[in-house]
Amino acid sequence: MTSGVLNLVLKRLAIAVVTLMIVLFAVFFATSMLPGDTASILLGQAATPEAVAGLREAMHLNDPAILRFLRWLFGLLHGDLGTSYANEMPVAALIGGRFVNTMELAGITTLLSVPLALTLGITAAMLRGSLYDRTVTVLSIGVISVPEFMVATLAVLLFAVYLKWLPALSSVNEAHTLTDLVRIYAMPVITLTFVISAQMIRMTRAAVIETLSTPYVEMALLKGASRSRMVLKHALPNALGPIVNAVALSLSYLVGGVIIVETIFNYPGIAKLMVDAVATRDLPLIQSCAMIFCLGYLLLITVADIIAIMSNPRIR
Amino acid sequence: MTRVAASGRSFLGHSYNLVGIVASLVILVWMLIAIFAPTIIPHSIGDIVDDDYFGPMRQGLWLGSDYLGRDMLSRVLMGARYTVGISLAAVAIACFSGVMLGMTAAVIGGWVDTCLSRFLDAMNSIPSKLFGLVVVAAVGSSIPALILTLAVIYIPGAYRFARALAVNINTMDFMTVARVRGESTAYLIGSEILPNIIRPVLADFGLRFVFIVLLLSGLSFLGLGLQPPLADWGALVRENIGGLPFAAPAVIIPSLAIASLTISVNLLIDNLPQKIRDRDA
Repeated sequence: MTSGVLNLVLKRLAIAVVTLMIVLFAVFFATSMLPGDTASILLGQAATPEAVAGLREAMHLNDPAILRFLRWLFGLLHGDLGTSYANEMPVAALIGGRFVNTMELAGITTLLSVPLALTLGITAAMLRGSLYDRTVTVLSIGVISVPEFMVATLAVLLFAVYLKWLPALSSVNEAHTLTDLVRIYAMPVITLTFVISAQMIRMTRAAVIETLSTPYVEMALLKGASRSRMVLKHALPNALGPIVNAVALSLSYLVGGVIIVETIFNYPGIAKLMVDAVATRDLPLIQSCAMIFCLGYLLLITVADIIAIMSNPRIR
Repeated sequence: MTRVAASGRSFLGHSYNLVGIVASLVILVWMLIAIFAPTIIPHSIGDIVDDDYFGPMRQGLWLGSDYLGRDMLSRVLMGARYTVGISLAAVAIACFSGVMLGMTAAVIGGWVDTCLSRFLDAMNSIPSKLFGLVVVAAVGSSIPALILTLAVIYIPGAYRFARALAVNINTMDFMTVARVRGESTAYLIGSEILPNIIRPVLADFGLRFVFIVLLLSGLSFLGLGLQPPLADWGALVRENIGGLPFAAPAVIIPSLAIASLTISVNLLIDNLPQKIRDRDA
């Protein structure tokens, strides 16, 4: 790796850190604007003004926003996510198990969708213009053009209502056997896989098609290489950078996807926790959840950018 | 990102084709419905007209009834008003502000450009659904608040797109000539740059409209968008989600309405007469 690439990568990482700070700031101030006074919400309508004032004092709600932000940031650096307003539990404890659930969902989806999307994207590019290619293209455009909840409802209609393979809306608490587990994960994973794969197929297909139109691939064709040899030996190694970039970028769509999917299937992950926290105006919880999502998203797009930098031979 | 990868055999570049015409007709019909909804709905949207809930499609109740036995056709037609209206207002604000800022940044350059770009890029790296969730929770779900929230979320994207185009135009000779003539920044933006980037900007407008329709529907579906008794298409899916196990039309039709609008806009953009710069490039 030359110093040029190193510089670009370091610059990209620095930008990511600056972005993270701005995002944290934005999240903190957006949540500070939440309507209603937290202290009076917590104590209920029967609370005396003195009690509310006392609680406000105890929770440092009277301090200026910037002081609260710095205190929150300082706590974050020490791994202290704060205490939930709604049930007085440490946020870290609330998030812990949920985080594992969401990562499981995201992990299984990634394991399924990456091979599926790469296979479909590459074969569609190889058979460009064929009926197969057009079917894959039209289907992926269709999935991208509709909201995630529509993909979810269609999946429920197909697999639960017409085919009756899976229960429509499952609850995770009743998981005892392996079959139960499969049933619980099946619908959310199927929905997310559709949403993520559609993006990935389109980007992969575009990347391979671009490589296939380069002079050296034409050369391979002219010297008599078979179509599959041409793609697998000549085009794919060169398209690898853009493809990995496409995978990382598509995976960042998981962030939006899980919010809808966890809500519709009542899946106990962080996204569901956050939607509930928004309803109860539980600031520390919202801030921590939003931060985790932004962090994950930022990580993925930074990785995608760095891969794009490293895979560009003109820079390397 | 939502461009159709035109499959090599270029129907792009030909002036009119069937797909484009059908797509524009669908969009036109939804626009007309959005404008005239109150006068064409067969029942008032609040009236309970069916004895049963999640009724099937039949004469008189052409799209069945919802979870309270209200007429689904009327509710979908009125939903068009909110979904199309709010999204159009939001996309107009987002594109106007984004494009203006983008052109200004490109023309002025220097630290104004750097600061603005850094800041808006940072805003761009907040996932849009998360952004919407937090901001809507903070400022509420009134229609003006929703419009502004959606607009703010998509300003960075519009800015980035317009700035990239304007930076290219900015290096042209006629810009140097205009600068030497001593033209004002406003003139440079309005008379030299804008006419040269207006077509891709309009295509971008369409794409951003689709994103906003999808985000608004998503927020409403989560219960954070339009609040009852008002209902856009996303909210209609949410309130009728209980009909899913019986495949009630009440839960399927609003989804189809969203899909018909977003897919049509995508198809129309891809079949526009002029070959328009790929926004991914």
